[in-house]
Amino acid sequence: MIEFNNIKKSFSGKVVLDGVSHVMETGKTNLIIGTSGSGKTVLQKCLVGLIEPDEGEIIYDGKSFNAMSAEERKLLRQDIGMLFQGSALFDSMTVEDNVKFPLNMFTTDSNSKKLSRVNEVLAKVNLSGVNKKFPAEISGGMKKRVGIARAIVLNPKYLFCDEPNSGLDPVTSMVIDQLIKQITVEQNITTIINTHDMNSVMEIGDNILYLLNGKKEWSGTSKDIIFSDNKQLNQFIFASEFLQDAKEMRMLEAKEKLKSKGN
Amino acid sequence: MLMLKGMFSKPENPKLYWKEFMHQCSEISMGALPIVCIISVFMGAVSAVQTAYQLVSPLIPKTTIAQIVRDTVILEFSPTLVCIVLAGVIGSKIASELGNMRVSEQIDALEIMGINTKTFLILPKIVAAVIVIPMLIVLSMVLGIWGGRLAGDLSNILSSATFDIGLMQNFIPFNVFFALVKAYTFAFIISSVSAFYGYYVKGGALEIGKSSTKSVVVSCVVILLADYLLAALLL
Repeated sequence: MIEFNNIKKSFSGKVVLDGVSHVMETGKTNLIIGTSGSGKTVLQKCLVGLIEPDEGEIIYDGKSFNAMSAEERKLLRQDIGMLFQGSALFDSMTVEDNVKFPLNMFTTDSNSKKLSRVNEVLAKVNLSGVNKKFPAEISGGMKKRVGIARAIVLNPKYLFCDEPNSGLDPVTSMVIDQLIKQITVEQNITTIINTHDMNSVMEIGDNILYLLNGKKEWSGTSKDIIFSDNKQLNQFIFASEFLQDAKEMRMLEAKEKLKSKGN
Repeated sequence: MLMLKGMFSKPENPKLYWKEFMHQCSEISMGALPIVCIISVFMGAVSAVQTAYQLVSPLIPKTTIAQIVRDTVILEFSPTLVCIVLAGVIGSKIASELGNMRVSEQIDALEIMGINTKTFLILPKIVAAVIVIPMLIVLSMVLGIWGGRLAGDLSNILSSATFDIGLMQNFIPFNVFFALVKAYTFAFIISSVSAFYGYYVKGGALEIGKSSTKSVVVSCVVILLADYLLAALLL
């Protein structure tokens, strides 16, 4: 579980995060949603320590991240996996070496054991036969999956994903979403996903935090969104007429279900 | 200075750091070797021909040409001129490589894994440069003098035998020591300045290009300044 309280961050006087507090739950896919520039990425970078917040406290399973020494943070980071927006694979290494890199750095296992672990996680993300390819030789969706494989190879307790679906087609996006959800449930980890992909929100949003202009505007589950009367959230989620119609239909269906249950 | 201070931390896995160091040694040496060889031979050859052109007095022995070629190559051409070229070849490579890693979030990915990126990415580059560049400079000195000898012989300015006699006359071993001091200093300047500009780049592809160019320009200016200071202090 990751809890953060009153996170504030400004860049050159411009307030990006303004007192954001929330709890990210274990075994659930926790989503941070919001328009571009709402502070999602900055919040995620604050949580993993890539950016120091100006104010506020971050707590990882009861331990204050702010109070940790550099060495303690280093140790904690071995429990963190992160999928970056652009995958951030090492260009000079093959897919296999990319996934094996954390194992080489932090374990003393034999090469055959490391290779078997690499193949295991690559199979988990449905990638096979690409071990010897370089990142430049594979598609965007494959890169994301390699990124996920690298992020989970050390069995992290916390998985951060920064816009995992950006630049992907709807089918591949869904595959990635399901994969993240499956890993989260199977390994009982705390997953935090930054997204503005509405399919992801509705499909895998167990715990959603909606940011608006650097502030927490709303939080709840994907089911709560349907019935939410928050104007800003509705404008953001159901931006098109098609989605607004879909929402109304889902609400009608839910009301009819309630009626039939009452009868 | 903060960047340099941040480089010193206990490596997570010394084997990987050693591998990275060896990789950098190979990259720097193999990448710069052809240009160092070409420049050095022609530098020596041109200095022999031009010195002969300027020494018109029959009172000056021809062996003087060899002495001038030897001293200019050892004192200035090899350490300074070659290092300025290396600032372009190696410096721009280091800056653009680190810049690209920064922009594509590869450095962030390493940080997230709990790796000290300054130790893992910058330290091996600086240590490799400080070890390999002086070796290249020594090679450049040899090739430069050989180039002068070859040019003197081919253009009938002075025979190889006369050149060899001149080469041995009034030789001051301190000059080689001075050249090596310069080589170590310039190697550190090239690698640290370019690593700084690459590591702290912000933006996209355009900024990587700009920082790469800036690293070469700043390295060259600092090399020239250090060249003057070292000459004033040690000679």
